[in-house]
Amino acid sequence: MLAKRIIPCLDVTAGRVVKGVHFVELRDAGDPIEIARRYEEQGADELTFLDITASSDDRGILFRIIEQVAEQVFIPLTVGGGVRQVEDVRNLLNAGADKVSMNTSAVLNPQLVADAAGRYGSQCIVVAIDAKQIQPGRWEVFTHGGRRATGLGVVEWAKKMQVLGAGEILLTSMDRDGSKIGYDLQLVRSVTDALEIPLIASGGAGTLQHLVDGVKLGGADAVLAASIFHFGEYTIQQAKQYMAQQGIEVRL
Amino acid sequence: MADIAIIDYGMGNLRSVHQAFRTIAPTASIVVTDDPQEIMQAARVVFPGQGAMPDCIRELETRGLRTAVLYAARTKPFIGICIGLQMLFEHSEEGDISGLSILPGRVVRFTSNLCDAQNNKLKVPHMGWNQVQHGNHPLWEGIDQNARFYFVHSYYVCPQDAQFVQATSCYPQPFVCAVARDNLFAVQFHPEKSQGAGLMLLKNFVNWVPV
Repeated sequence: MLAKRIIPCLDVTAGRVVKGVHFVELRDAGDPIEIARRYEEQGADELTFLDITASSDDRGILFRIIEQVAEQVFIPLTVGGGVRQVEDVRNLLNAGADKVSMNTSAVLNPQLVADAAGRYGSQCIVVAIDAKQIQPGRWEVFTHGGRRATGLGVVEWAKKMQVLGAGEILLTSMDRDGSKIGYDLQLVRSVTDALEIPLIASGGAGTLQHLVDGVKLGGADAVLAASIFHFGEYTIQQAKQYMAQQGIEVRL
Repeated sequence: MADIAIIDYGMGNLRSVHQAFRTIAPTASIVVTDDPQEIMQAARVVFPGQGAMPDCIRELETRGLRTAVLYAARTKPFIGICIGLQMLFEHSEEGDISGLSILPGRVVRFTSNLCDAQNNKLKVPHMGWNQVQHGNHPLWEGIDQNARFYFVHSYYVCPQDAQFVQATSCYPQPFVCAVARDNLFAVQFHPEKSQGAGLMLLKNFVNWVPV
């Protein structure tokens, strides 16, 4: 059967991998190429790179990183951050990305998702959603790295992105990001049940049990984590073995 | 004359495919090309594809590549990948379109409301690493039964003739994920993104001498 995926996420700024708490307080985690190779060796199912500053100087650095990783790593690579037009999608695909993730730009211009999916196929279009709980059972979409509220409901937005051609949704709980207290399972469940396309749960994984919960209780098709892998607490292999022991189908 | 020609008809990114072949065949001359002559002259031909099949067929026609693809698929070691598998068949439900009709059969969509044995909803596209049950074709040499390959697709092929089936996978029902006939081999998954097993399959292709 199809395996649930474990996806380490590399937040990149100025050529380094960093990790923050609640989208701020960045801590250096190392060299992206070295980290990407390590995770591939450990059995990561995909890698996600998010350019978290997306300033024009850093953009060139990111492209060189993606090119180098793509030369050495033969698993799918998703790249996001600063994607504003179809041209940006093309450039990232040409640099070696297999999928491109859009977040703020999808909100500002939903047609971009449709245009990019129409041109390159839904299989390479990921829509990333930063979600914040605004009342029990209700979450709002935030943009600009979590700084700006949009008034959009997360479930409705995810469904709209599916209709416009997103191939996958990367759902991050801003409330849980970097907190290591576990995914927002209610959020994950609400969104995944509303979708036909796969959902990646993100934000809050601090233990291996959290990964299991994301799949078993949240219903996620893939789990994304950063902190628990970057700072050596667990290897991807340990995470997969634990998930397998809990009866989850994984690629070992 | 190139050792390996990767057919480029303008549908998305061929860098991954190119990179994988450069890695497993470092001394081979490899071209990524939309030149029919170059395709017809190459020793081996790779026919990738991503996106939607109607767009792929249209771009193939626009660039005048149909004849070259048909020629290569008939005469030399040829590997189709993803939509490059689907296009070999007669018809696809995706856009209700005709394929290249190199193999008899059609391409259909996974139905919605799929569930696994525990009654969990299965998403479409079928995306991620799934196990492959394969036959004994030379391209599977050194690859374990049930090895996992990376898939991303919403449609799959239904060959009319079971003798051409070279592998299946399950989602949740078995579906065909590799076919072969004479000098032709094609897979639904992405060997270029399937780590060791994928690179092994491509290496076997490069060394393959069809009988």
